[in-house]
Amino acid sequence: MLPVHHPSLELLLDYAAGSTGEAAGLALATHLALCPECREVVAQFESLGGALLEAIEPAAVPSEALDNLLARLDEPVPVPVPVPDRRSPADDATLGPVPQPLRGYIGQDLETIRWKRVMRGVEQADIAVGRGRTGNVRARLLRIGPGVRVPRHTHAGTEMTLVLAGGFSDGDKQYQRGDFSFCDRETDHSPVADDDGECLCLTVIDAPLRLTGPLMRLLNPFIRF
Amino acid sequence: MNFTAAGREPPAGLIAGLVPSSVFASNGKMPDVPSPAALDGRSSDELLVAIARDRDKDAFGLLFGRMGPRLKAYLLRSGIAPSQADELVQEVMLMVWHRADTFDPARAMASTWIFTIARNKRIDAARRDRRPEFDPEDPALVPDQPAAADRSIEQAEASARLRDAIAKLPAEQADLLRLAYFEDQPHSAIARHKGLPLGTVKSRLRLALERLRRELAGS
Repeated sequence: MLPVHHPSLELLLDYAAGSTGEAAGLALATHLALCPECREVVAQFESLGGALLEAIEPAAVPSEALDNLLARLDEPVPVPVPVPDRRSPADDATLGPVPQPLRGYIGQDLETIRWKRVMRGVEQADIAVGRGRTGNVRARLLRIGPGVRVPRHTHAGTEMTLVLAGGFSDGDKQYQRGDFSFCDRETDHSPVADDDGECLCLTVIDAPLRLTGPLMRLLNPFIRF
Repeated sequence: MNFTAAGREPPAGLIAGLVPSSVFASNGKMPDVPSPAALDGRSSDELLVAIARDRDKDAFGLLFGRMGPRLKAYLLRSGIAPSQADELVQEVMLMVWHRADTFDPARAMASTWIFTIARNKRIDAARRDRRPEFDPEDPALVPDQPAAADRSIEQAEASARLRDAIAKLPAEQADLLRLAYFEDQPHSAIARHKGLPLGTVKSRLRLALERLRRELAGS
């Protein structure tokens, strides 16, 4: 089944242009692995980059540049990076939901990840990525038990969520594997995991969440999503 | 479009097999920087194919004459220091030379392919961050739909259509688009720089992108 909720064109533009940070890039590229439609859009935006590059006002290069370059053509090429893990997901049931590039970040086995309990039915695990320009960007895996509701909250910044397994509903929208959701400070929501199984998501936030429910807001100083 | 092109190094065997040191060791001839007139003959796509197939250093020189100064302009605009920009242009062009065999003219334009290499080099140079990319060979990848696979409309035609579409954009949209591609800035910084509300920047960019996509779809 193909995703129905996609990143905005502006986000895909940023990815194609190369101005997304590592964490957002991780969420976008992992969505791309699951979404041929968005791969096509990114390919279009890359060709747009190519056309703009051809049309840019040229800058003078040193007169010896070409000679220097030609002299280097026969130099040995740099050692290639290691071949990425290409084990079939079928080799290991726990890898099934996780395509590249995310798989390369979280290791081999979801069960060996150090999950931290956030509240009953919700666990999270930090993923080591660059913290971005603000230093506040975080990428995490989130594991939500069947039917569990995440307390009502809003965001001081933005939140990207990519569903890897299971699903959740948020208001009248349904999110399944490959679906991408984008929330900002306008969003005040309380997503609920589907009843029929655990929901595994990748989330990228650039500022902490704020709980907004009447009692839960009292917990803000203590809870850290 | 060629998703496999940029960023990752190919297996060692590919390159080793492609650089027949004996064939070119005796060729000390360095082509001159070509005049613009000399560039009219072959398209960048044809030059790249010649580089991959024949290890054609003259074709490489022509391609450098065309793309080198543009790559430098691109790198400078993204905030790379002038001293570093010249070295990066060399690295991009070296990668073009070594990876030319991965360029597939049926699936991508040369300009696109070179852009993705330059973009990734810029990220490597300027960022502490990595650029995550999906792996087209990953068994967990959801494959292209049959309709999407058949996009072999003439690349030359696609290229012309794209240039037309960009030329027809309203100036303020084209301007923002260039900033988005060249300045390596978040939209909020573009908005400050332009003295525009962030919402205006985003909606103009979105209009430009939707319009370009319609034009590219040929509707």
